[in-house]
Amino acid sequence: MTADPKGVLTGIHFLDGDHAACEGALAAGCRFVAGYPITPSTEVVERFAQRIPLVGGLFIQMEDELAASIAILGGAWGGKKVMTVTSGPGLSLMMEHLGLAYITETPCVFIDVQRGGPSTGLPTLPAQADMMQVKWGSHGDYEIIALSPNSPQECFDLTIRAFNLTEQWRVPVFLMMDEVVGHMTERVVIPEASAIEITERRWTAKAPGTYRPYDVGADRVPEMTKAGDGHRIHVTGLTHDERGWPCMTPKQQDKLIRRLSGKIRDNADALTDIREEGCEDADVVVVSYGITSRVASAAVLRARAAGLKVGHARLVVTWPFPAARIAALASKCKAMVVPELNLGQMVHEVRLAVNGRIPVLLVDHAGGTVHDPQVILDRIQEAAR
Amino acid sequence: MSEAIQDDQDLSGMPMMDNPVMPYLRQERIPHIWCPGCGIGTTVNCFTRAIEEAASDLDKLAIVSGIGCTGRVAGYLNLDSFHTTHGRAIPFATGLKLSNPELSVVVYSGDGDLFAIGGNHFMHAARRNMDLLVVCVNNFTYGMTGGQVAPTTPIGATQTTMPYGNFENPASLPFLADAAGATFVARWTVYHVRQLTRCFKEALGKKGFRFIEILAPCPTLFLRRNRLGDGVDMVRTYKEKSVLRNGADTKEVGLGLTGEIVVGTFVDRERPTWLESMNDHFGKVFGDRYSRYGG
Ligand SMILES: Cc1ncc(C[n+]2csc(CCOP(=O)(O)OP(=O)(O)O)c2C)c(N)n1
Ligand code: SF4
Repeated sequence: MTADPKGVLTGIHFLDGDHAACEGALAAGCRFVAGYPITPSTEVVERFAQRIPLVGGLFIQMEDELAASIAILGGAWGGKKVMTVTSGPGLSLMMEHLGLAYITETPCVFIDVQRGGPSTGLPTLPAQADMMQVKWGSHGDYEIIALSPNSPQECFDLTIRAFNLTEQWRVPVFLMMDEVVGHMTERVVIPEASAIEITERRWTAKAPGTYRPYDVGADRVPEMTKAGDGHRIHVTGLTHDERGWPCMTPKQQDKLIRRLSGKIRDNADALTDIREEGCEDADVVVVSYGITSRVASAAVLRARAAGLKVGHARLVVTWPFPAARIAALASKCKAMVVPELNLGQMVHEVRLAVNGRIPVLLVDHAGGTVHDPQVILDRIQEAAR
Repeated sequence: MSEAIQDDQDLSGMPMMDNPVMPYLRQERIPHIWCPGCGIGTTVNCFTRAIEEAASDLDKLAIVSGIGCTGRVAGYLNLDSFHTTHGRAIPFATGLKLSNPELSVVVYSGDGDLFAIGGNHFMHAARRNMDLLVVCVNNFTYGMTGGQVAPTTPIGATQTTMPYGNFENPASLPFLADAAGATFVARWTVYHVRQLTRCFKEALGKKGFRFIEILAPCPTLFLRRNRLGDGVDMVRTYKEKSVLRNGADTKEVGLGLTGEIVVGTFVDRERPTWLESMNDHFGKVFGDRYSRYGG
């Protein structure tokens, strides 16, 4: 189906990434946001609070991020498409409810506008410091989907995709922005509602008494209902059976946790979105994501001008990590260069995928600003030797 | 129970009573996990009788629990039920209610869950007058984790993490609820089954942030450790020590290890709920352009 026109601000705009992400959520059909203010993400919820009364939905500023991150789960089981928005310190507080969202298969979108950490760190300055936390920060084995926009336009487009993916797979989906993408203003084209594809919730058509909330078919994704529809569902963070009832045996644990992770891990290839440029005959491939990809592009252009054969692979989907595609690229080039605004996070995934076949050079950065392209260029030159 | 007791234990040999509350329970999940003499089951009995007498539309009644022995209540009631995280039942319920305002949402949890880890959420939901009925089974201890000190543990009571007796000042829950803005505040004990049932029924018929505290024995961890007898002894104590004082000043209803237990309805007032306030406000701001959210 296509978007509800009420939420779609069709036209050509000049927006920063935070505002564009908010418009993406509204276009995607998000009608319930719970949040807690934190720089540099606050503009997303400020705009939502301003826009939602006349779109038809609701915003509530909760008392903290623990509350915000579970209020949205209640909102999802009440039937709405939901989102919360935060940055590092708030993300840390949300970790327990990321796990609850995952094990209860509650569709929800988290926007994380990354800033420098640890702790209060650099509230107003960029980093890509939460890439591992979103994947590993909640306890237990779990999977997420994470998207990394590098422009306000992508903040709009990928927020819509985040909502569609969370409905399709029923896993939490993250939009991994950063302070620069969040605050840079660029042209954002918002299409007609009829041109925006929307994935509906997988509502069950089964009658009360026949529906079991965690029965699955071949794709391992259960159908959903909402409170008030007569199914008398039970939803628990305990390990549960197909009825949703607690069942705390090693056997059920194995069955549930493998189904949940399988639906994402086994579909990692289908979820992969890498924008490749000049990788076919490259000696060196730069692997980047988010804001760093724009700086990396500048470095790649300079390297090519200097006569080097350099490709650029930009990860739009950062989780699940596209290991198969990175391995395929590694089989054709001599080295990889991974710039990121942290002291080395996604580079570990690249190295796992490459498995020692070629050198993988990190261009690290403690955050606070973006890389100097020259530093990336130096590394490319080093890798090409 | 303690966390060591598993839900998959074969208890099929246990007697099943022919009980009028059975239609309101998930019968295949009974027997429940609670210890003999535990007060939680009695409160659930009263709750189910109340929803029967109130002829509530059960499809529109949802229950949300946190984590703890009391937190297991949601799982046994044959309603849309949510067993969330420790302390966060109220913000989950807030999201559920706001997302689908036609639901009547009840939060049912323990004193540690609602007032230690969840205390901040309690305060803000009451302040906002979120349209929720919050039921707290107060057994003065952390049952699920084996009897540690709770924010309600009376001074002098021994708990595993207060091995020499509690020296920390306990909270008076009705006072907190009143101060934070709850529209209905009552306290009963598991001795008062008729009054509690009536109270549930009355509270279900009202709107706004409503709070019921129920004193209940935890024989396994609180009574035994403090030589207060068994569950039956405690119910007798509740009978002997309780004094009915409707409209009592909530400043005056604090509890000690011994001493009187003031019961009754302390607060009953009207305030617009969060949603009513939002709708009225946006109606004024936007005029005809605004359609009321949730009808
Ligand atoms: C975040 C978190 N911290 C700690 C726990 C462990 N825990 C489970 S229940 C509980 C206390 C329960 O006490 P109370 O709310 O009074 O309920 P009761 O068991 O007495 O009914 C604790 C500390 C947990 N599950 N989650
Ligand atoms: S509250 Fe106490 S008596 Fe009741 S089930 Fe828990 S441990 Fe047992």
